[in-house]
Amino acid sequence: MKKRIWGFAATAALAALVAVPAAAHRQWMLPSSTVLSGDDVWVTVDAAVSNDLFYFEHQPMRLDALKAWAPDGAEAAIENKATGRYRSTFDVHLTKKGTWRIASVADGVMGSYDLNGKTERLPRGTTTANLAERIPAGATNVKTAESNNRNEIFVTVGEPTTTLFKPTGKGIELVPVTHPNDLIAGDAATFQFLLDGKPAAGLPVTVIPGGIRYRDQLGQMDLKTGADGKVVINWTEPGLYWLNVTTPQAAREEGAPEPATPPAPQRRASYVTTLEVLAP
Amino acid sequence: MQLSTPARILGGTIGLGAVLGAPAFAADPGTMDVTINIPRLKVAEYHKPYVAIWVEKPGASAKTVAVWYDYDMKANEGTKWLRDVRQWWRAAGRSMIFPANGITGATRAPGAHKVSFSRAQLGAAAPGQYTLVIEAAREVGGRELLRIPFTWPAKAGSGGRAAGTTELGAVSVAFR
Repeated sequence: MKKRIWGFAATAALAALVAVPAAAHRQWMLPSSTVLSGDDVWVTVDAAVSNDLFYFEHQPMRLDALKAWAPDGAEAAIENKATGRYRSTFDVHLTKKGTWRIASVADGVMGSYDLNGKTERLPRGTTTANLAERIPAGATNVKTAESNNRNEIFVTVGEPTTTLFKPTGKGIELVPVTHPNDLIAGDAATFQFLLDGKPAAGLPVTVIPGGIRYRDQLGQMDLKTGADGKVVINWTEPGLYWLNVTTPQAAREEGAPEPATPPAPQRRASYVTTLEVLAP
Repeated sequence: MQLSTPARILGGTIGLGAVLGAPAFAADPGTMDVTINIPRLKVAEYHKPYVAIWVEKPGASAKTVAVWYDYDMKANEGTKWLRDVRQWWRAAGRSMIFPANGITGATRAPGAHKVSFSRAQLGAAAPGQYTLVIEAAREVGGRELLRIPFTWPAKAGSGGRAAGTTELGAVSVAFR
């Protein structure tokens, strides 16, 4: 088991650096509501890493990289943070009307170098900022690749707004064609995904309905972004959905021999969000 | 009835309608009466439902004519649950500010409630097909929505009806 996971990690070139766990475990944030009304509005969020959605039963999500933004783009406070055995929770006081973003973004650099005849991996926590100091003098054959992992949710007080969706140009980002807080069963939604700020074709998009514990089939939708980076999702049932977009990954067959030297690191990015689809 | 709306009848009779290019029938109804029955429910915990009434027309934004909710709670707290009247919230409510003048009202007890709306209130300036939508959502209860199509200009004596099965009873529309 351990060996296989290490093999996977090597193949995946340590994509799991910070935010997204290796293999099948799914990271998620679950807001108490996504569509809100009222004058003094709060949202509370569970955040965890687990196989089944949305049950906190494996690991809490770490909140180190967590941030929130008000509809006008100003950074907002995360309140009442707590991390338990299986989940983290926190609150955000939604003091302005419009669409808020809550995100945990982890950018890193993975790679390897040769020193004294041995190949060494870059340590965890390497970023573009500290890369230079982490490569020792005399290192040769330096191979690096950036990884960007974004896990974010949106919640809306009153009318949905789109001010927040200005892309940063880093990693995978969602551009709403359909607003992510305006989803209704029976209506298809269209989202556009950017990779490093440009519409990205051929990205695998996985959509899984919550409530896995109480059904036999996973009900997973395997989709791909089109030429314009867009993907259409048909919501057949109301409920909560987990959506994951990644850069394409080379799969290694179970039991296949591990490569003698780690393959060249690949540019990797992933995106996770939780979507609430309301009943008509 | 005539006494209650002298200005309108006077205007119509003298021919203001003709000036505006509409048929000069004095008897054209100007008011919609809506009767909404809120059912009496045998439940351990009963709260009067939030009710939204609005008008839809294809190609136009929805026009809210009444919202019954807990408008008199401290710090406007009753607005927290407006989003549970979810189709209305999506169609119109989320872009409104509460309390809404002439629209906000108190929740109503079980029984029949008659409310009246003018053509202007209904936003039915243009002749054509409209739909009156009535949606009720009850705390610790369910939600139900009814639609009654109508045409403007309306004919006196015309109307429509629909009957709910859970959160709404019979709802009827008449014009005068």
